[in-house]
Order: sequence, then structure tokens, then C-alpha cells
Amino acid sequence: MSASPVDKTASAGQDSAPAAPPARRIPALLPAIVIWLLLLSVPFWLPLLGGYTELGTRVLIFGLVAMGLNLLLGFTGGLSFGHAAYFGLGAYGTGLMLKFVTHSTPLAILVGVIVGGLAATVFGPLTVRRRGIYFAMITIAIGQMFYFVSVRWNSLTGGEDGLTGFSRTDVDLGGWILHLQHPMVFYYFTLFFFAIGCAVVWSVLHSPLGHTFIAIRENQKRLRFLGLPIGVYIWIAFAISGFIAALAGSLYALLNNFASPEDLNWVLSGVFVIICVLGGMRTFWGPLMGAVIYVVAQDYLSSITVNWMSFIGAIFILAVLFFPWGLLGFFQGRFQK
Amino acid sequence: MELLLFNIFNGLIIGMFYALMALGLSLILGLNGIINFSHGAFLALGGYIAYSLTPVIGFWGALIVSPFAVGLIGLLAERVLIRPLYGRDPLFSLLLTFGLAMIMQDLIRTFWGATGLPFTIPDTLSHPLSQVYFFVTGYRVFLVVLSLFATASLFALLRFTRVGVRIRAGNADLETVSALGINIYRLRAINFAVGILFAGLAGVLAAGRLGLTPTMGASLLMPSFVAIIVGGVGSLLGSMLGGIIIGVAAGIVTTYYPAASDVVIYLIMAVVLVVRPRGLLGQEGLLE
Repeated sequence: MSASPVDKTASAGQDSAPAAPPARRIPALLPAIVIWLLLLSVPFWLPLLGGYTELGTRVLIFGLVAMGLNLLLGFTGGLSFGHAAYFGLGAYGTGLMLKFVTHSTPLAILVGVIVGGLAATVFGPLTVRRRGIYFAMITIAIGQMFYFVSVRWNSLTGGEDGLTGFSRTDVDLGGWILHLQHPMVFYYFTLFFFAIGCAVVWSVLHSPLGHTFIAIRENQKRLRFLGLPIGVYIWIAFAISGFIAALAGSLYALLNNFASPEDLNWVLSGVFVIICVLGGMRTFWGPLMGAVIYVVAQDYLSSITVNWMSFIGAIFILAVLFFPWGLLGFFQGRFQK
Repeated sequence: MELLLFNIFNGLIIGMFYALMALGLSLILGLNGIINFSHGAFLALGGYIAYSLTPVIGFWGALIVSPFAVGLIGLLAERVLIRPLYGRDPLFSLLLTFGLAMIMQDLIRTFWGATGLPFTIPDTLSHPLSQVYFFVTGYRVFLVVLSLFATASLFALLRFTRVGVRIRAGNADLETVSALGINIYRLRAINFAVGILFAGLAGVLAAGRLGLTPTMGASLLMPSFVAIIVGGVGSLLGSMLGGIIIGVAAGIVTTYYPAASDVVIYLIMAVVLVVRPRGLLGQEGLLE
């Protein structure tokens, strides 16, 4: 299933790379249109390929968080290894709202997004004081703090067993009821939020703010000499990506009707990063491609072997050694030559 | 009071594990410029190899052989996997060692099983040394002493041997060291292996204290990162100190509020980052 969208989007990555002038030629929009058409029709063609709709929803959720993370990782150059924390906080925020406070799914999502996003906003300043490897270590450690809070705060979070006892509820849109329990309806519900996330990332990347992010990635020193507060900009990127991660986490809790401490663990943070790398860090659609590869590979491998972790680990190593710029980056490089 | 002493002592021992691990991590971070996510997996491997060697050559033999065996495996991993990463974005070393950790953990699970294994220590070490302070067993004292001895050896190695001096020089300015005609590839390989050897040693010691599970190293890895951040990147002494501080702090908190014992070390880290971003003994601007 990945062959056709990949070939088409290869040039999309190229055109949506914000370094290029934002010329909106029709052929440049074509790949985006193809991707959206494919995404819109997932429930119709995925079962034919042996998949199931929840798998598509999971791809969207992982694609969403990776896209948000990529704003920080691929475009600003901030090596965050702790984004699972904000993803997980979104999941717990939503789960706890549905369990104890309200039966309104949109309200629960809103609270989840605010909880996770605010955590990223509050803890961002701690991380931006250092760069490079140090930045990565601090983001991991802060993420682990939330992990241990979720594991130890048994009475509220259910500890190691995770948070159960809530489920997504139907949404009433003025007489028109969305039956979210139906997998297909929930897929489109997720796609709607995925589109919002895409729009946010796209408009940031095509704004002066986005250009500043890329400039920070390319030459931090020079920008510092120009008098730009680098830390503040990385903080902004951190916060935006945190809000998007929280949104994805919130949807993930709704998908599973369950929130697990593993949703906050640094292992998942690593997965988000590898998703960005697999698809292509410097491209707009890369994270979505990476999510397709990772989620499908993980789903397939864990169904055929108990040693699936070794295979996932091998994917990590091979990607680093042979495809450091990811699938789209690989094609992009070829086209540019 | 006794409970407090007990927890402080326990914390000190856990802190020793953190310190041993943080030392190895810090060493590798310094010269190889790599955050080794697979450090925890090497630690577990050290414990498991010792477990399998003990029936053959006894505890003492395993204690000596296992760390070196793990160091050799580390040397191999450096040659095949780590070497292509030098000079590249730290992102890639993070991901590669992360993948390596997954594979190693999975292999350990396949070979030795997912359930925990007991690791027996010699009777001579398992007796309490004092009637009142029952928790002061020979093994725990031995653990602290051996950790301190290993650390002292490492510092002596770095201070007084030619390789050690080169490693320290390489930390300061690798390019110049290379220009002086020293094979920095070999130097980095040795450095990596020494770091892994410390992980293996910590693994054998931890096996006797905490038992063996495939994930035993992963759970020690994060506190070791915190130890490095608290102690300051670039300072081995700082990493050591950071490990002991967070271990003892977690021990003290366990006495009064056990649920927070895991979280407190991250809070210490947050406070250090706010008050003194480079860590207790860290150097400004290193590795950034």
C-alpha cells in the first residue's frame, strides 16, 4: 500500500520544503491532493489490502504527533527525545476527564490538549537552556518524570495497569450525531484533527516564524549574533509541537479507550523520533510516511514473531546507517540531482 | 531513625550503580560524543553472562570475567555500528544505540527468558555484619568498596597512563590529538570498551542486589542520565557525585513518602537546571 503514495509524494516533499519559494503551481499541489484523497478513502481500500480501519487511525495519530515533533526536530533542529510525555499527558488528561468529569468527548480532548500542551510550555524553558546532546538528555529526563508520576499516582491513574473505565462518547452536532464508537466514524473524526494539525504545521512553516526555525537549525550562531533570542524560538517550537503531541495522545486514548504509562515512556519518544527519520526529517509529509512504515511494520511483525523488538531495533539501525534522510529525503535527493 | 539509616544506606548502594553507569556513559559521551542508550542493555548482559559463568568459574571468577567479556562485545559494537557515526548529528547515535538496546534486550529475553532469575552471591558476603544494623550485609559493603575501588582505578588510569592522558587530551581537543599522530579511532574504541566494561561490572553487582531481568538495565539508565546532568556533563567526578546524590536522595524520600522516590531525582535535576544549568561540576558550553 505504501508504494503508490510514496512515489507521488516524493516530489511533494520537495515542493513543500519551505526553503523553496512558495510558488503554488498546480503540479506542486498534486501530491498533496493525492495524499488527501488516499487518506479520505482509507476505510474503503485498507480492508481490501488486509488492514483494518483502526490501523489507519493509528497511522494518523502517530503521523500527527510525528509531524508536530518534526517541527521541532527536523525544522528547528531541537533533538527532543521526550515527546511521549506530552502525548501521554494528553491521553491521561482526556481519559481522566471522561472518567470523572464529563461525558463530552470534545471537552475531554480540549482538556487533554491543554494539559499536555501546557506541560510542554512550562517545561520547555528548562530544556532550551542547553543544546545538542544535552538538550536530548534533558527532554528525556523530564519526560521520564511524568512517566513516574503516572506510574506512582496509583489512586488517580491506575498505576502500571494504566487508566481504564472510560470510553469515547457520541458527539451531537446540533441534531446530527457522530457515532464515534464506530471505527469508521472515529477514523474520520481523527482525520479531521489530523487536518487541523497539518494546517497548523504548514502555516507555521510558511510564516516568518517557520523561516526563523529553519534558520536556527541551519546556523544558530549567526542568528544569535543578529540578536535573536534563540531560546525563545526553540521554546515556541517546543510548545507548538507539545500541543500537537497532546492532541494526538488525546485521540490515542479515545482510540484505545485506555491510557497506559507506556504512552509516556521514553521508548515511545524514541519511536516518534524514528518515525520522523524513517519518513524524512526535512520534509513536510515525511512523518506521515514514517508513521505508515512504522505502524504497519510493527503491527505485522508483532503478529508473526515474538522477537518483533529485534526487527524494530534492526529498522532503527539500518535507517541510521543507510537511510539517514528517510524515504522522502532519499527521493528528494535523487530528484534534485 | 533506623529506617532512615536503612534507606540512606540502600540509596547509597543504588547511587553506586547509578554512579558506575554514569561514569561509563560520561566517558563515552566525552570522547565518543555519543549518548549510549544501549548502556543499560550492556549492563543487563554483564549480569546475565555472570549468571551463566558462575556455575563454571564461581562468583569471583564471573565478577572478573564478565565485565571484560561485555567490554569485548562493546569493542565489537563500536567497530561495526558506532564508528560510522562519528562526526554525524547526535540524533543518529541516539537512534542507533536505541535500536541496539532493543535488539540486545530482545536477545537476552530469548536466551535467558523473560522472567527474573535469582543470582546467588557467596555465603561469605551475605551475612549481616552487625546485629543492630541488620541491613549492613557483607555484600552491600563489598559493593560500595568495590565500586569505589573501580572508580579509583579509572581515575588512576586516566591520570597516570599514557592512554588515559590521551583520552583526557582527546576530551579537550580531539583534532589536535589526532594531529599529533595519535590514532584517535583506536583511542575512541578503547574508551568505548572501558565505558562498557563499567556497565558490565555494574551489571554483575546489580544482579546480586536486584536480581536479573531483561529490563534491569533500562530502569537504571534514566537515573544515570540524570546523574550526569546533575553532576555536569564533562566531569567524571561530577557524574559519580550526581549518582550518589540522587541515590541517597531517593533513599531519604523513600522513608517519608515512598511514592515520590522515583520522581524526586527528576525534581533535583529540574532544580539544578534552573539554578546551575551546567550541573554541579560541569564545564560551560561542552557538547553543544
